[in-house]
Amino acid sequence: MSAAPSAVASFDIRAFARRVRAGDQIAYLLTLICAASIFLVTCLLVYELWISSGLARHKFGWSFIITQTWDPVKEDFGALPFMFGTVVTSIVALLISVPVGIGAAIFLSEMALPRISDTLTFLIELLAAVPSVIYGLLGIFLLVPVLESGIVPALKGVLGFLPLFSGPFYGVSLFSAGVVLSLMIVPFIISVSREVLLSVPVEQREAALSLGSTRWETTWKVVVPYARRGIYGSIFLALARALGETMAVTMVIGNTPKLQSSLLAPGDSIASVIANQFTEATSDLYIHALIELGLVLFALTIIINGLARLLILTTGARIEK
Amino acid sequence: MMRRNCLAAFAAVCFLGLPSFAQMSITGAGATFPYPMYSKWFDEYHKIHPDIQINYQSIGSGGGIRQVTEGTVDFGATDGPMTDEQLKAFREKRGGDVLHFPTVLGAVVPIYNVPGIATDLNFTPEALAGIFLGKVTKWNDPAIAKANPKIKLPGNDILVVHRSEGSGTTYVWVDFLSKVSPDWKSQVGTNTSVNWPVGIGGKGNEGVSGQVKQTANSIGYVELIYASHNKMAYGRVRNSSGNFVKAELASVTAAAAGVTMPDDFRVSITNPAGKNAYPISSFTWLLVPEQMQDSGKREAMKGFLKWMLGPGQKLTEALEYAPLPKAVVGQEEKAIAKLH
Repeated sequence: MSAAPSAVASFDIRAFARRVRAGDQIAYLLTLICAASIFLVTCLLVYELWISSGLARHKFGWSFIITQTWDPVKEDFGALPFMFGTVVTSIVALLISVPVGIGAAIFLSEMALPRISDTLTFLIELLAAVPSVIYGLLGIFLLVPVLESGIVPALKGVLGFLPLFSGPFYGVSLFSAGVVLSLMIVPFIISVSREVLLSVPVEQREAALSLGSTRWETTWKVVVPYARRGIYGSIFLALARALGETMAVTMVIGNTPKLQSSLLAPGDSIASVIANQFTEATSDLYIHALIELGLVLFALTIIINGLARLLILTTGARIEK
Repeated sequence: MMRRNCLAAFAAVCFLGLPSFAQMSITGAGATFPYPMYSKWFDEYHKIHPDIQINYQSIGSGGGIRQVTEGTVDFGATDGPMTDEQLKAFREKRGGDVLHFPTVLGAVVPIYNVPGIATDLNFTPEALAGIFLGKVTKWNDPAIAKANPKIKLPGNDILVVHRSEGSGTTYVWVDFLSKVSPDWKSQVGTNTSVNWPVGIGGKGNEGVSGQVKQTANSIGYVELIYASHNKMAYGRVRNSSGNFVKAELASVTAAAAGVTMPDDFRVSITNPAGKNAYPISSFTWLLVPEQMQDSGKREAMKGFLKWMLGPGQKLTEALEYAPLPKAVVGQEEKAIAKLH
């Protein structure tokens, strides 16, 4: 009488254990395949870029990345002005969008009424889904005239003595591209940072408040540092988008592959020149040079992301001390 | 743009191709400049011959040359003739030659925005080359002023606007500058995109014209069709006979009549002879492989080419493309027989 139920029970447990093990293994395999596929795609991408840029790599070698000329007629190609444009526009974009984005995220998560916060967040997430060509058009028709008539003359008035803000301004420029990029990436920073700030445990806030902190002190000294890594993550996401953006940049950057000290001068970026010239590139070397630019952009993205991470690791350690 | 056209072509295949699957389908790809004309032609031809469907993707001349060389399309299209190396590459890859068939003519015109000037300006070839080389930097430079004695030009700095992307329009423009200016030829040269000595780049005809409209004292260049569709003012250019000519359908066709046509039709007609010829004009070509294995496709292609040179030419002016001169039509009709 007493043996039967226990036998049934032990049988059930073993079957259950087997099932659990099998299920775990399947889940492990499935998720491994998902992760591996990303890795595989990245490897294939690099392989393809490497193979398809062979002619240009052999002909120009390392000088490709320090040469300033881009001459499709004489087939003399260099990446420097494009690398310069990509980096400069991304820096301008981050300088504008990081303070604005984090400020907005703090307001939405800590200050605003929940209903207002949800409505605004919905609108901001809509912004993140707007196609980049729309941002480019907005840039040409709205932003450039505003920059031309108001902002740039004011900037020149105050900072005109710096070479950074010297020279004539034609509307399209590195600066305009940076501003358009900042509009494009700010929704990423806001929506991710807001989620991260919201996920900070209530106890953290309560503890700070109970020690006599004001609302702002709680936010700035407790909540934001707690959410630091997530906020950095949102900035990386935004930076990646800024580095690779094509259409919107092409429309406002001026497409002039020259190194110029002024932000108000026209420039060009890697993604923009690839999109512009790929369809009409006829000679093999020309196509290979364009593909090598893709490889350079890939490497540049890795290096910049690495540097940013390093910066954060070192400053992060200092804060924790 | 390219993706949209691909999608459109794909959609066309899905919706039009499937119901009557017995029909012949020919695919082509290439130049964007003649795309409105080609899509009209292929559409009209399909109405007359419901069994023949020609799909065309306007992916750019470079892409057209690549794809026809690879054999992924039945024919290509280009705004600039294939170079000798490209022809050699085609022969090595496909065995047999590729034939150029001129279809229509286009022209490129200078547009500008000089405050206070509403009339059409005259440009000498030297002035245009000087401006685009960065040597003529002010609007009242004698190079420009001498050709416009009745107009008071301001002493402002000129801003040059060019196309940012590779383009047949750029090819025609710089081909002209190379012919009229030895400096341009040695320093810059001819291609679908070049290393511009000065200026800023706008994307497409609309990008260049938008930049010119927004910036005082600027000069750029756009296709004649784009300028006339948008009712833009554009300048006259002095031709090799010394006349300042405005680009119009008649003056563009006159440019094509002013050159001797070689047997392979690969000819640049910029700066031609002829009193009334507009000097910055060009043919645009279909690229058809001489040997087509599929006899059905070959006959269909021949039929289309014959129709294009006859009734097809009458459709050109409605879309503001300049039709081919009669002599060229006769020469092309003979060349169709080479397809085998």
